[in-house]
Amino acid sequence: MSGALSGYLVFAWSGVLLFGLGLFGFVAHRHIVRRLLAFNIMGSGAFLVLVGLAQDGRGVDPVPHAMVITGIVVAVASTALALVVFRRWYRASGRTDLPEDT
Amino acid sequence: MIRRVVFAGLLCLGVTAALGWAVLERPMPVENLPERVASAMPESGVEHPITAVLLNFRSYDTLLEIAVLLLAVVVALALREAQPDRPEQMGLDNPLLRAVMAWLLPLMLIVAGFLLWAGAYQPGGAFQAGSVLAAAGVLLRLAGVSAGWLDNAVLVRAGLALGLLTFLGIGMLVMLAGVPFLTYPAAHAGTLILVIELTLTLSIGLTLLSLFRLNPPYADDPDDSRTQEAPKP
Repeated sequence: MSGALSGYLVFAWSGVLLFGLGLFGFVAHRHIVRRLLAFNIMGSGAFLVLVGLAQDGRGVDPVPHAMVITGIVVAVASTALALVVFRRWYRASGRTDLPEDT
Repeated sequence: MIRRVVFAGLLCLGVTAALGWAVLERPMPVENLPERVASAMPESGVEHPITAVLLNFRSYDTLLEIAVLLLAVVVALALREAQPDRPEQMGLDNPLLRAVMAWLLPLMLIVAGFLLWAGAYQPGGAFQAGSVLAAAGVLLRLAGVSAGWLDNAVLVRAGLALGLLTFLGIGMLVMLAGVPFLTYPAAHAGTLILVIELTLTLSIGLTLLSLFRLNPPYADDPDDSRTQEAPKP
């Protein structure tokens, strides 16, 4: 397919790579703060894919851009909420990871 | 541990390859959204397409996202432990930070105001301005400056809910004129959007700042006693 590596797709490709990196960190680590960081990296990757694919040669599509800008703020708020919950968890149990049923 | 890393690596490679393939082979969108947005711009009340999408064409999404923000801060408030707010214990109370703050704070307020105003015709808007406001508040707190009115629970809660309530109120007010929920009449769309954005900015800034303030840096130890930190070897 021609144009696969054209300039405007560079954001989408970076987003795909970031998503993969974040997924690796999310599965490989057990510390909940590391997992939260990895999850945020995955989220940034998803945002980049959305923004990068919003241009298809017919002009920039503002709808995904609007979704991403609200998504970033919501992601920051949910990260803060996750940290509040993690701190309560650490205080209640003294553990930095979640019990797993294996 | 090794098995976990190998599994994570394989999973990550697989998902990345699948995503890359999806990006390569993506279908062309059937609907030409850029053109539809461009053709509807004159009746949106603003000149920037992203702001028009955010607060006019798809304002229902934005309304729900503001509700999610409010929900996050309500849950954080509910999970908070009762402890006095002591900004002087932030541990960053150094003179350099305070001196820099004196320069930065007015600039940040001006930037927030500009971003809010610029949203009508260029990138900017309530979300960016609210984030800058929240950053100013976080800096103030890191510098150990206490803002008394932030301890007033009723005032803070009113501020947190202000954006969502105004958004809902305006959305329902237009129903009196016989149009559907959240459909602004073209003649007043610009003014209504500016009012909504102004209150959203305040609420978003306050939401992010509250989420930060609700977590004082101490009282983390599981055994409930603030022990002296042992020096690292």
